[in-house]
Amino acid sequence: MTPQDKSGGRVAFAPNWGARIGWLLLALYVVYAGSQLGFSPERFSTGIEHGHRFLVRMFPPNFSRWELIAGGILESLQIAVIATFFGILLALPIGLLAARNLVPGWISWPTRGFIALCRSFHPIIVAILFVKAIGFGALAGVMALIVASIGFISKLFAEAIEEISLKQVEAVRATGAGFISTLIMGVQPQVLPRFIGFATYQLDSNLRNSTMVGIVGGGGIGAALFTAYQRFDFDVVLAILIIIVSLIMIAEIVSGWARRVFQ
Amino acid sequence: MTVADVLHRDWQRFTPLQRLSRFAFYLFAVAALVASLRTIDVIPEFLYDAPDQMVDLVGRMWPPDLSYVGPTLKGLIETLHIATLGTIIAIVMAVPVGLLAARNVTPNLTLNLFAKFVFVTSRSINSLVWALLFVAVFGPGPLAGTLAIAFRSIGFTGKLFAEALEESSKGSIEALAANGASRLATLLWGYWPQVRPAFWSIALFRWDINIRESAVLGIVGAGGVGVALDTAMNLLYWDQVAVVLIAIFVVVILAEILVTVVRARLL
Repeated sequence: MTPQDKSGGRVAFAPNWGARIGWLLLALYVVYAGSQLGFSPERFSTGIEHGHRFLVRMFPPNFSRWELIAGGILESLQIAVIATFFGILLALPIGLLAARNLVPGWISWPTRGFIALCRSFHPIIVAILFVKAIGFGALAGVMALIVASIGFISKLFAEAIEEISLKQVEAVRATGAGFISTLIMGVQPQVLPRFIGFATYQLDSNLRNSTMVGIVGGGGIGAALFTAYQRFDFDVVLAILIIIVSLIMIAEIVSGWARRVFQ
Repeated sequence: MTVADVLHRDWQRFTPLQRLSRFAFYLFAVAALVASLRTIDVIPEFLYDAPDQMVDLVGRMWPPDLSYVGPTLKGLIETLHIATLGTIIAIVMAVPVGLLAARNVTPNLTLNLFAKFVFVTSRSINSLVWALLFVAVFGPGPLAGTLAIAFRSIGFTGKLFAEALEESSKGSIEALAANGASRLATLLWGYWPQVRPAFWSIALFRWDINIRESAVLGIVGAGGVGVALDTAMNLLYWDQVAVVLIAIFVVVILAEILVTVVRARLL
């Protein structure tokens, strides 16, 4: 870490040396961590051999199981859409309760703790828990991604509400509006563009994760991907990956368009 | 455009085209939701007893089996190493590609697009898939996990680094160029001081994300605390699973606090 320059010419050389020592420590750490994690020239040289064989088996991509792939992709899309909708629906009140400028601290702090809990586990871990609790299938994936959406959307939504200008809120209040009217006319117009931004981002993110929850039994294309991988059908793996990546790119283009519409 | 025009436009708020595209967006969103809800393959019985099943699961987790703290901590340290080294490798790879992607540093459209393509590929493939690929190449273990984290992070760090470069002001760079500075000198003394805060902030942000991501890699055999989680779960030792989950939660929260404190001091 480089220390910051404080004003005054006295420290002209000091930060430089601090930075150099910092870079040196970083280099030492890289060597240490590399040795801990099994980085060695032999593993890389055998790895290149394996990688070569792996790539040979991957090409050309095999789309002959397209019915299976299409079904999995469709289920992933369904999981992503449903999870985003219910995630946002639940995240809105939770985010509102976490905004420190609108609600008192004894409500906002426990809510923030709950949001932190939702955010701290990777969706895959949450998916495993739901698969074990409520069984295999798309429902477990949907529930896992709802948790992930609550964690992300409510946090950003609370921050967006905290950053709004209170002038408009006061102006609406001064006309004699009640709490709900203040929210709709004073708060909503200020946060809507950013909110659409988070929502489309979350849809992208849920789509990425909905293609993965199948690995642990949560439904979607991930199951087909993992089965093909375990059977060493790497050409099918490549076909599925190509489809997943193109789907994600299309989703990014669509959500980029949605963000522009609401700017 | 005169001031009067701008004022006039502001009063209208939305043009007809904007209204139409907003309506199209809402229509599209509702149609997608309805279609998904009607066709998704969910067994309703599973939904009804989901709360009971969750309560049962939590009941099995309590009390946590404290004898599993040892293996968990070993796995956690490995996870931290995977996340940190993965982030460092990612940045080492992302900086040159980021330089190629920034239009003001590399005024060559082909190279810009090539760099963007690298970023998109890196970001579109999930870290679990990267881990599967590297497990197939290097065998199971933290080496595969570290490389998965590194390759997954190139897109994110590189894209943000390129954006920071593009936002840097031209003044000092033109001054250096006018003095006859070489390209390397321009980068080191013109761009680097301007993008340094953004650089550290991107690195810290990604490190924070990577801790979360590297905790799951063990599920596909790529090392870290996920291996301990997977073992406990396959043996149905839910009290041990609870230990791992609590440990992950604590580390993630500590990392987030650390990142917030360091960023506040750095920026």
